[in-house]
Amino acid sequence: MNRIEARLVKRLPAAQDSPAFELNVHLEAQPGITALFGPSGSGKTLTLNCIAGFMRPDKGRILVDDQIYFDAAAGVHVPPQQRRCGYIFQDHALFPHMTVRDNLRFAASVAGSKGRGLNQHRRLNELLETFELSDLAGRKPEQLSGGQKQRAALARILVTEPRILLLDEPTRGLDARLRESFYAVLRKTRDRLQVPILLVTHDLEECFELADSVCVMERGAFLQCGLRDSVFHKPASLEIARWLGIYNVAPAEIEALDPGRNTSRLRMLGYEIDGPYLPGHLLGDRGYFCVRQSEVTVSAPDNGKSHNQLVLNVVDRNPCPRGIHIAFEHDFAAVVSEAEYQPLRGHERLKLHIPARAVYFIAK
Amino acid sequence: MYRPQPREASAIGCRCAYARYNRSSQTRSNRPMNASSTIDWFPLWLSLRVASLATVFVLTAGTFLAYVLSHKTFRGKNLLDALITLPLVLPPTVLGYYLLVLAGRVSPLGRLYEAVFGQPLVFTWQAAVVAACLHSAPIYIKAARAVLEAVDYRYEWAAHSLGASEWRTFWRVTLPLALRGLSSLATLSFARSLGDFGVTIMVAGNIPGRTQTLSVAIFDAVESGNGRLARVLVLVISAVALALLWSANLVTRAPRGSAA
Repeated sequence: MNRIEARLVKRLPAAQDSPAFELNVHLEAQPGITALFGPSGSGKTLTLNCIAGFMRPDKGRILVDDQIYFDAAAGVHVPPQQRRCGYIFQDHALFPHMTVRDNLRFAASVAGSKGRGLNQHRRLNELLETFELSDLAGRKPEQLSGGQKQRAALARILVTEPRILLLDEPTRGLDARLRESFYAVLRKTRDRLQVPILLVTHDLEECFELADSVCVMERGAFLQCGLRDSVFHKPASLEIARWLGIYNVAPAEIEALDPGRNTSRLRMLGYEIDGPYLPGHLLGDRGYFCVRQSEVTVSAPDNGKSHNQLVLNVVDRNPCPRGIHIAFEHDFAAVVSEAEYQPLRGHERLKLHIPARAVYFIAK
Repeated sequence: MYRPQPREASAIGCRCAYARYNRSSQTRSNRPMNASSTIDWFPLWLSLRVASLATVFVLTAGTFLAYVLSHKTFRGKNLLDALITLPLVLPPTVLGYYLLVLAGRVSPLGRLYEAVFGQPLVFTWQAAVVAACLHSAPIYIKAARAVLEAVDYRYEWAAHSLGASEWRTFWRVTLPLALRGLSSLATLSFARSLGDFGVTIMVAGNIPGRTQTLSVAIFDAVESGNGRLARVLVLVISAVALALLWSANLVTRAPRGSAA
């Protein structure tokens, strides 16, 4: 079972158009898809390039399945040709002067693993068929659409039977439909190959769709690593919660804690909010209340006032793919479907219901 | 016939006398161009031969150096780059002097050449090839470096990550992608090799029928008052150069409708 363990330190000096940058990460990836998720310029691609061997880290060690790819202390730097990393570049990097079949043949001839002649021919045909490229095999990359290029790039990599897959924003510039079909192809590949796949992305939805684990990156460091749900449901810091953009966040104080009933109470914006028990926190602790936008339900205001409800002024409402996105004061937001929105139309103030189980607290 | 041997005097000192001697004795007596209407086309053929050979050398060695400069980092890279550029800025006489010292019959390099090929290098047409190389290599290497650097590194990285060695990546990926640029540079390099004068006359001399290239022949014709010959040769070399540059442009320009 292949796995990646990498400790990387790489400093880039300040250049004309960019300030100095330091990458310092400790990455562990099991077979399955691990997303490196972060804004542009956070060092995601640099991490991939170091693992693939295109760049040499200043310090650290890269192990893939107990084979040392890089060790600064021992002076080991296995060249990229011997690392068997399948790398998908942002623009796919299919050789423009070769046809699709020749691109695959190039990979097959250097890999040289699965025999020559007829065997190789059969294997290439199999791959072309798997990726629905048989009819396009004679075309040059410039004659392919974005989705076809992507499948060709993936097929070319699989010819070499890589030990790990590195994907650098593979769906950039693709429309939603093509993305979906690529996700399906990638999932199939993951199940078939059983190797670690590192996926660089700054697309939250892509993370949700594909990733088994997520590493949230910013400014050259991992803010949080873990299984996808643990990262998205329990962000480790206010920064991550804000940055994910799916949370309503407000300053709060712990007013009550009851381990027996597994409950707690927070005071937030003058409201009392019940939530689950908060182990490791004390009464009077200050921090931030968080709830995911998708957990919040909205109704028209009435006179009744009870726990876990707050009435906020509406700032803005905009249509979005899943319905209507309503923005409230204090940077709160919620998404409601068109049907749910009809009774809310015209109200300046709306009531937000927050389910107790969805309340999450981040200490200061 | 008396031929001053470079070994007799210093290898350099006798050059002027040598050239003048040849011109006065051979050009006027053996090849009476003033009198008859026949034009000696030998300088043109020699120039074409010299330039072709020089282009072959510059393409092989120059492309290698350009690749090293564009793809490698090593100590002394800037110095190497400066050394390659040097012939571009030094006066041809200085370059010629260096060549005479380095490859003259008394120098180790010159002796080695003589031992291998059985004849000295200086004052032969082969020396004109060396001179033409010096004339065209710096520009070729500088431009080829830019062309090779312009090949998207991601194609090379992709080839590496597929397991292709650097050698294979160069032949199968880098070179094909740079071919259009390099072939237009090859044409330019050939045209430039045709035109060397200073270094050629220093190291190959001006021996009609043996080392007299086109540009040297023009100088010779003008100096000896043979205006007709000079005009013809000037027109010929201009036409050849124009044709070469034109074809280089045709090669460089992408065909219409291509996405590249």
